[in-house]
Parts: sequence; C-alpha cells; structure tokens
Amino acid sequence: MPATVIPAEQRLLQGNVACAEGALAAGCSFFAGYPITPATEIAEHLARELPPRDGVFIQMEDEIASVAAIIGASWTGAKVMTATSGPGLSLMQENLGYAVGTETPCVIVDVQRGGPSTGIPAVPSQSDMVQVARGSHGDYETVAFAPSSAQEMFDLTVRAFDTAERLRTPVFLLADAAVGHMREIVTMPAQACAGVNRRVASVADNGAARFLDEQVAPMPLFGRGLKAHVTGSCHDEAGMRNVVDAEALDHYVRRLSGKIRRVRDDLVEVASGDTEDAEIILVGWGLVGRAAQAIATRARQQGQRVGWVRPITVWPFADVELVSLCREAKRVLVLENNMGQMLPYVQAAVGRYSEVDGLSPRILGALHRPTDVLEAMAA
Amino acid sequence: MTTTTATHPMAKYLRPGSEVTTFCPGCGDGVIAHSVLRAIDADGADMDDFVFVCGIGCAGWIPSPYFNADTLHTTHGRTLAFATGVKLAKPQTQVVVISGDGDLTAIGGNHLIHAARRDLDLTVICVNNRIYGMTGGQVAPTTPEGVKTATTPYGAEGRPFDLCRLVEAAGASYVARWTTAQPRFITRSVQRGMAHKGFAFIEVMTQCPVQFGKLSGEGSAVHMHEIMADRSVTLRQAEALDPADLPDKWVVGELVGATNVGKD
Repeated sequence: MPATVIPAEQRLLQGNVACAEGALAAGCSFFAGYPITPATEIAEHLARELPPRDGVFIQMEDEIASVAAIIGASWTGAKVMTATSGPGLSLMQENLGYAVGTETPCVIVDVQRGGPSTGIPAVPSQSDMVQVARGSHGDYETVAFAPSSAQEMFDLTVRAFDTAERLRTPVFLLADAAVGHMREIVTMPAQACAGVNRRVASVADNGAARFLDEQVAPMPLFGRGLKAHVTGSCHDEAGMRNVVDAEALDHYVRRLSGKIRRVRDDLVEVASGDTEDAEIILVGWGLVGRAAQAIATRARQQGQRVGWVRPITVWPFADVELVSLCREAKRVLVLENNMGQMLPYVQAAVGRYSEVDGLSPRILGALHRPTDVLEAMAA
Repeated sequence: MTTTTATHPMAKYLRPGSEVTTFCPGCGDGVIAHSVLRAIDADGADMDDFVFVCGIGCAGWIPSPYFNADTLHTTHGRTLAFATGVKLAKPQTQVVVISGDGDLTAIGGNHLIHAARRDLDLTVICVNNRIYGMTGGQVAPTTPEGVKTATTPYGAEGRPFDLCRLVEAAGASYVARWTTAQPRFITRSVQRGMAHKGFAFIEVMTQCPVQFGKLSGEGSAVHMHEIMADRSVTLRQAEALDPADLPDKWVVGELVGATNVGKD
C-alpha cells in the first residue's frame, strides 16, 4: 500500500489518533489488536481508516494473537503495527522475542498505565521502560522511542516504522496514558512520508544470507518462490535450525544484538537545553521530560543554573549522550513517573562524574509538582 | 557393478538436505507428511503458492524444515494466530497449518475456537497422538481417561476433547477425522480442505509408539495401527451402534461440510 498523502495542515488531535495517523503516513497496511485502556483509540481509528485504504484491521482474541498476526502479515511484506498497554504487553512478550529472533519488522505501541497487574487503566505511568527491553526471555536488544506530545506521537510512529523496516526488528513506541489521551495541535507533513522499505531477498541472490547479517539481511518474504524457512529456534544465515551447537547460539545471539548495537548512534536521539553551565540537570523521558524542561526553564528564570535532558530514544540507552551533556554538572536529578526505572542506567553512565539521584512524583501516576522538584534541587 | 537409487515420488517436494528426519521409529508423522504431499501432487499445485505454518512439538517438524516451501515455524500454541495474519495480509496464499494436538488445542485452544469462528480460509491438519511426545510423554487434553503418563502417574483425569465436535460448534465449515491407518482418505480430505473456502479442520489420529504406545499399553506402531483401524467407524456405522459403545470408537470421515466442498 503506498504511503498516504496528507495535506499540509495543522489538526487538533488526540495523541493516540496522532499515532494512528502517523502509522498511516508511514505506510502501515495491517493492524491487529485487542481493546485495552488507554490505547484503544489507536485501534478504533485504524479500524475506520485502514479498510478504505485496502489495508487490514482485525481485532484478535487476545494480545498474544495480535502480535502473532502482525508477525505473520509482516512476512507477506505488509508494514504492521499493534497497540496495547502494560497487561497486553506482558502477554505479548514471548512473540516479541520471536519477532526479534526471526528479524520481523513490526511496530508495537505501548500506552503505559499504572501497574503492576490490572492496576489503574487510565492513570499515566512510565513503568514499562524496562519491560520493553528485557521482558522477553533470552539476550536481545530493542529499540524504543518515547513521545512527549501529540506531535511526537505522530513523528515517532513514523520513525518507528522506518526503523523497524531498516533493521528488521520490532520497534516500540513507549507513550504514557497522558500523552495518548492529550489533545494538541499536530502539524501533518505536506507530502507523503518518504518511507523506508525493508530490503527484500530475490531468487537471484540464492545463497546470500537471509538472516543474521549485522548489515541487515534482505528479507525472504513469503510468496516469492524463496522457500523461506522462518523459525524462532536458533538458526543460521539461511534460517535453518541448529538446536545442537552452543556456537550456533553464540552466533545467533551476537548477530541479532550486533545488528542493533552497530547503529546505536543513529538510533539515539536526545533533546536537551541549558546544560552547558548547569550545576543541576533534570533528566526525564516522555511527558515527564517535558515537565523537566518546564521546571528547568522556571529555575533559570529564578537565577539557578539548571539544565534539562530528555532522552527521546529510550532504547538503546543514551548513556554516551548523557555523559557528554551531564559530566560537568554537580548533580543530575532523574524525574520519572515510576519508582526509578531509568535511574540505575543514568547512575551507571553518569555516576562517576556527578551525583545522581531520582525523584518520583509525590503521587505516582500524577505529574511532578514543580515546587516539589525545586525543593528537591535545593536539598 | 552398478547401483541404482530409487527416488521417492514425493522427494521433489522436500527441502534439499532434509532427507533424514527427526521422527522416532514407528512415528505416524511420516505417513501424514506423505499424505499431505500426495494431496498437493494430485492437485498439481505449486509449492510456491503455499505457506505452511506450524507450532512447537513433533508435528511442527512435518513441514519445517522438510517441505520445500515458505514455512513459518511459530511459538508454541500460536500457530493459528500467525496463520491468520498471513492469510489476511495475502489472501491468495494457500495457508496450511500442520501441528499437534497439544499445540493447537491445549496452549492454542483459544486461537483454535476463534479461527474456527471466523471461518477463515485455512486448512488445518491437527496431528493427534494423544500425548506430549517431544517432551517425553506428558498428559494432553486428548489423552484418554485413566492413561498413566509422565505427569499423570495415577491416571489421566477428565474426558479428552472431541476436537471435531469442538471446532464444528465453534464454526468450522469443513471437518474431517481420519487415522494414519487410512492415508488415502487423509489425502482426499486435505485436497477437499484446500479446495474449501473456509476453515477446514482435519484431525488425524496417529500413533506415537515411543510415548503413548509405551505408556498406554497399546504397544508398537503395528499394534497401534491395528487398534486405530479397529476403532474407526463411519458416521453410518456409528448411528447403528449402541451409544454406550461409542466412547471406545472414533468416528472417521467427513463430519461437516462434505457437500460444500469446492463451493464459495
């Protein structure tokens, strides 16, 4: 399906709808999902918008089936997406590992809610950060982007598709309930997104690697006479199973991770401001990162030397960038709407240069009060 | 002296380099692989028009890696959900699912009833050996009551699934049951299932002498074949039987949709 041409315009959109529009702009032609608050609006929008574009929408029997269906569809060449929240993400984990292992491009949107377990469906949270990277069993690397606005719900969804296609891997959009549900002006692109398309194997290149190439092997899509052998078992460059040799497993794991690690600099994007002379730097991601920026700006106006950093790419982790931005600061204060999921990673990166501590909001699920952050900075 | 090597008539459908299988001596999976390939051969079908989807367990290895076609060997139990994605995204593909009773009906039971309910155009061959073979002989939802397995040392409890009735109730529009003692009928049903526009479910009762035969006392593959042949009754024979005798029988044949085959 060709990428959708969207006239240049500014529209007031809910974050989840902006995400769905971003998917359409990126060329998404297949969505499978299961209703869950606070992500359901993405499915509802695509249920309306995909069929008129000859795309497929299907509501599956659960989230396990949803991610299975998008993986199956991706192997026919479709650009695919599902959207869920924490409980659904938990159910998806095994098949997400399968997508990693089989190098299947797909986009997974997680509009986070408060947990553990059923928790509270519509209260914002940032508590799935580690799960998207480490939730499935085995060693693997993942890519995740964290939007802080409706605009970024659109832009980063497009980027997630392009990244998934380029790297043949699942890519996550890690929003929280407030970003999914907020309504803001979104500027739509004047033209169709250029759109990255996966490289596809051909009969002529028979013998060339179809898996486990750190440069990303062309994908042997179904229906092209390529006799693709796709398995979640340990396999070689031809996709053929080897469930006997530890060396084969070593090769399998290293190549899959290496494929992501070698382009980590291209993947990692960080927004920041006022860090050059800052004594204190506020670090936050997603919506909290936006609050960190606002609080730092207010502190500047009050004469304090405060800067801010907002990792837009959550995985791979922005350790090098954080060191570069924060090493001269006396103190780094990590703001998160959780009990401290990014904090250990910031400490590991910056802790040898600066004092690093974290601050959860006074009430988990609510945003940080600026006065609480200003008080913590004064402490 | 010259030697000649006979080539199996179905060898042309096998992935090069996969002549040696992992199936145990006496396993029925070879008969089922053969029966499916015979159906494709009889139809003059092109393997490049197929995607074979399978799950985890012995039967998942029938198409993957042995069939020389696009194969999607999925996670345990999710076979039909993956197949649904393939079929919906590329409807012209002939999607054939081959997997075991544990994969399709225990861990994958939810996907089974929903795929049947949607009546999506899939051909599903459920290889029912009544036990978990690959993991060493544990109870399955298809294990007969009382059979002592590795995880039911005091005997299996509860009635086994009647899978054909289950998928019929869920909405499957073609349902057949055969045993590996009737390979030509398996072939015919696979042909009909592939021609049928809708959810075609073909249950193949098969012998697992290494696990089920040993644990149940049904014994060797040969003996298990004799038992399967004795136990098989047609629908018409079943109607004539005393209902009290039915639980010991397997009703074989085209149970649903025999007259719809080939119609849109």
